[in-house]
Amino acid sequence: MTTLTETRPAVAATPAEGSNGRRDWLLWIARNCVLIALAIAFLGPILFIFLTAVMPAKQTLTSNYWPTEWQWGNFAKVFTEARMLPALGNTILYASLSTVFMLVSSIGPAYAFSRLRWRGRNKVFVLVLVTMMLPPQVTIVPLYVLWTRWGLTGTLWPLILPNLLADAFSIFLLRQFLLTIPKEYSDAAKVDGCNEFAVLWRVILPMARPAIAATAMFMFFFAWNDYFGPLLYTSENPDNWPLSLALASFRGQYQVEWNVTMAATLLVMLPVMIVFFFAQKAFVEGVTLTGVKG
Amino acid sequence: MATAVVASAGLRAKNRRRRLTVLAFLAPWLIGFCVFFAYPFVATAYYSLTQYDLFSDPVWFGFGNYAFMFSGVDTDVITAAENTGILVLFMVPAKVLFALGLAMILSRLKRGKGFWRAVFYLPALAPPVAATIAFVFLLKSNGPVNAALGLLGIDGPRWFTDPDWSKPSLTLLALWGAGDVMIILLAALLDVPRDLYDAADVDGAGPGQKFRFVTLPTISPVLGFAAITGVIGTLQYFTEAAVAAGVASGNASGGQGTSQQLGYPDQSTLTYPGWLYSRGFGQNYLGYASAMAMVLLVVAFLLVALLLWRAPALIGGDDTE
Repeated sequence: MTTLTETRPAVAATPAEGSNGRRDWLLWIARNCVLIALAIAFLGPILFIFLTAVMPAKQTLTSNYWPTEWQWGNFAKVFTEARMLPALGNTILYASLSTVFMLVSSIGPAYAFSRLRWRGRNKVFVLVLVTMMLPPQVTIVPLYVLWTRWGLTGTLWPLILPNLLADAFSIFLLRQFLLTIPKEYSDAAKVDGCNEFAVLWRVILPMARPAIAATAMFMFFFAWNDYFGPLLYTSENPDNWPLSLALASFRGQYQVEWNVTMAATLLVMLPVMIVFFFAQKAFVEGVTLTGVKG
Repeated sequence: MATAVVASAGLRAKNRRRRLTVLAFLAPWLIGFCVFFAYPFVATAYYSLTQYDLFSDPVWFGFGNYAFMFSGVDTDVITAAENTGILVLFMVPAKVLFALGLAMILSRLKRGKGFWRAVFYLPALAPPVAATIAFVFLLKSNGPVNAALGLLGIDGPRWFTDPDWSKPSLTLLALWGAGDVMIILLAALLDVPRDLYDAADVDGAGPGQKFRFVTLPTISPVLGFAAITGVIGTLQYFTEAAVAAGVASGNASGGQGTSQQLGYPDQSTLTYPGWLYSRGFGQNYLGYASAMAMVLLVVAFLLVALLLWRAPALIGGDDTE
């Protein structure tokens, strides 16, 4: 039902191909003009964030957008003027523990929903989809009460620990991929005397490495970006704020200037962009897997 | 006879072992489902019928919370529901159509498809808090966007600080992040069988007709998927609205200050989840927040049901034993 983008044969729909050369040429120019305009609209904001991040504070209030003086020290000020360093630590803790816990707990269920055959499997899987799609606001009141009773509000643990008990979106993503591995691989291993655990460990896991990497990245960046969860559980305790909360309160809380605010904004964006640069294929395949094909 | 009994006993033992294997694999999810979904689900329904402030025990309130919600006395809940409704009506179609446009341009490229896809997808990855702060800056009344509009002789609006323009500003921000929808639609477009276009060519169909009668019917399940997941996502729309309100109002956001400027300017960015958060966790009306959650649940559940019914391929896979 789903295929990876890169494995698709290159049969792009180009109906105009090969017809009237002059019309093609005009179309080519028009298309490239549109593409360049769109690229400016998409990348322009990032350029302006960068230019503002390195300009002097006073200049941010003017209409001159090219830095009169390049102040690279603004990036250092992000950490000296505000408590961004502890926030970075909190975010790394939140994102990495969540990812590890999710992997430990979600691969098994994903395997059961894709490669084991049992009656009612797809009906139970509908429950996974429902938990994945219903807004989190539906269950936050009792969960907040629960974590308060356990004395963990004010920390990030209410957001980290549930990953030990599987994450619905990760199960979904891993399952979509595991379904694409031909059944014969498992059968061959079973003929060789492997039980299901051995099949998962020795045969499926090595083959699913790209999917696992993609799922881990999605989890890591979900936690990296998460604002609502930390706001709910840690807002009264700034010591435990992750980057998202620290950045949102950056300007108001510490009365910092726009240039340093933009430097902080850029620094929070940077890790995602660097990882994307190196792992673009995994990202794109992951997103493609979340779509359905008719 | 004897062998048959032995065989069936062996089969039963084997079946039991298989069931236990399935259970062992599922265990983390099963426990998680009960603790973090089934229980809170029931508890939300119960709390919604009580008055509860976290510090003293819940007091039975019947349908009082619902009555208050629908009475119109809490004008903010109506404003919040309207704002979320407006965002669903405008932001979702804008984002899906824009993503479709991008995907169609990319699907026709012969070279550099991967490069352009990366360019348009990159902003979708920007952390929402960072992206929102950046947009509040770019759309300042004397910011770069208004300067560019000024060059064209257009007097730019005040964007995030004008109640009439705050939601369009948030929509622009959503369009900037349309890359993830674009990727899904691009995959669908590239999957339209080439011979369908060839057949349409033979029949003398123009580009418009090909789109109407070949492309659209083939990609419509994916388009529907993108639209419905978009609506479900917009029902939860909170982060961008809350951060934009906080930064544009020029005060501290995050922390305890949040509920004070949620909705700035003039409650125009107050979303339903925002008001739920504010009522429940800013003012400790947890019973009322639960009632709001139940109403959200009904709406979201209908949409999820619609999605699962419209996109059976999402479940896919064969589970016959």
